[in-house]
Amino acid sequence: MKSLVCLKQVPDTETQIKVKPDGTGIATDGIKYVINPYDEFSVEEALRLKEKFKAGEVQILSVGPDRATEAIRTALAMGADKGIHINDEALNQADPFVIAKALAAAAAQVEYDIIFCGHRAIDDDFGEAGAMVAELLGLPQVTLVTKVEISEDKKSAVMERDIEGGKETVEVPLPCVVTSQKGLNEPRYASLPGIMKAKKKPIDKKSAADLGINAEPKLQARNFTMPAERQAGKRYQDMEPADAAKAVVQALRNEAKVI
Amino acid sequence: MSKVMIYGEIKGGRIKKTAFELASEGRRLADKLGGDLGAVVMGSAGEQFAADLGRYGVDTVYVVEAPELETYNSEYFAQALAKVIIEKKPEIVLISHSMQGKDLAPRTAAKLGVATIADCISFELDGSSLVAKRPMYAGKCYAQWVALGSPQMASARPNVLEVVETPKSGTVEKIAFSADASRATYTTKDLNLDTSGKVDLTEAEIIVSGGRGMGGPDYSLLEEMASVFGPTATVGASRAAVDAGWRTHSDQVGQTGKTVTPNLYVACGISGSIQHLAGMGSSKVIVAVNKDPEAPIFTKADYGIVGDLFKVIPEFNKELKALLAE
Repeated sequence: MKSLVCLKQVPDTETQIKVKPDGTGIATDGIKYVINPYDEFSVEEALRLKEKFKAGEVQILSVGPDRATEAIRTALAMGADKGIHINDEALNQADPFVIAKALAAAAAQVEYDIIFCGHRAIDDDFGEAGAMVAELLGLPQVTLVTKVEISEDKKSAVMERDIEGGKETVEVPLPCVVTSQKGLNEPRYASLPGIMKAKKKPIDKKSAADLGINAEPKLQARNFTMPAERQAGKRYQDMEPADAAKAVVQALRNEAKVI
Repeated sequence: MSKVMIYGEIKGGRIKKTAFELASEGRRLADKLGGDLGAVVMGSAGEQFAADLGRYGVDTVYVVEAPELETYNSEYFAQALAKVIIEKKPEIVLISHSMQGKDLAPRTAAKLGVATIADCISFELDGSSLVAKRPMYAGKCYAQWVALGSPQMASARPNVLEVVETPKSGTVEKIAFSADASRATYTTKDLNLDTSGKVDLTEAEIIVSGGRGMGGPDYSLLEEMASVFGPTATVGASRAAVDAGWRTHSDQVGQTGKTVTPNLYVACGISGSIQHLAGMGSSKVIVAVNKDPEAPIFTKADYGIVGDLFKVIPEFNKELKALLAE
């Protein structure tokens, strides 16, 4: 089973995001970067498929600046075989469509039975790349996936996905693009021998020109702002539970007017 | 011709409230641009909602019918929506950032060679350009986005845009469509829907959420509160509770779960990690119940009760029942 895993390096969820004074973006100094959590599920699932079929490979594909190499190495340390790093100044602030074009163009140059993407990256929160890669490659998409069962002949798969208020089970011909959702698996940690081996695994570097894509933007951001600071409101302490409960229920009706 | 077009999502044979949110906002934008508002609905169930959409400002309801459009499928729905957009050439297309919208919008956008400004909370116009505000980093910051391609596509967070009645004709126009079956897609084998009619977290008006302080998988106190609040309320959870296996992952609120904006968020036994606060910090009103007076959740709460949730919540439920029974 050959899997191609699209992966993004994002600020750790612990990060306190700060907007630059001129509002052109976020201040990046001191940020610790990690693999997007939903992409970790993708890496894990791809590794499990390779283990299950006792054949194939797991290839990591990432768009990002120099630092993204660390995220690719981490995935290689988990057990992936090789990486493709699309590193191009023109793509560093790119929108989902441009990123999807780059991912799809790189995918078209390699062999795969299945492509995994996280269902969204937890930095810009667009959640579009997976479906767009699928469309650009003319492949089916199965989004928000929590279970993957590949058929013996590797020509189709049965998957479970989250839908509003429940689950949908679908049958999909391969290759296809899967977007991973929490619940798919529990990602493994990189082992020490894994980390040592990862240092020697190949990472292929690509530019936008290598992929033959233009990076003409479709979206543009401006005026980054911090959320309105919320003030702590009323506190009910050292009170009988019944009195505190009554006071808050009354306040929700009469003051906040939400019930 | 419609200057602005919305996609009206139908679920379980009913049109969703988000369609009226989009229609109301679409009407406002169409008036500013001096044009008509269209709505696209899929399947044979679509036509019956034309009058409803008209009430919220839709001039023309484009009904697309085909056997492939009776059950949601990303490829066929994206084909159909892209076809209407190409034919009617709207300048702005609005979709709901619902579970279905998240699946449909990017595929449709890619067919049209554009991107969607996803999960927007407000819209304005700069000349004829759409300027959309959206949270990033799960709400740790916000930015305004503009679409440089055509059409300008955006998805709106459910439950944020105001619903306003502006009666228009809601005239039905059928759109001929035959699915391109040469494009591979999945087939739906089974739909396992929660029949309790539970509203999704991202669309709930009231969320009662439990964290580590619940001490185990028994959420009956919170389920009870949600049921007293009624059908627009639902139960959520913190990551700690989900990782402990007490609640399913689809209940998780926070940066690696769902970002929510209910009218009322009741946090029970949730300390308030930075990831959780990011995911629920834009709720209109926040109530916190926690026995730790230092819990960070209290810095965001409008009403904070310091106490044992197992003593406070039963009393809260009793008060609530008495009040809502009046």
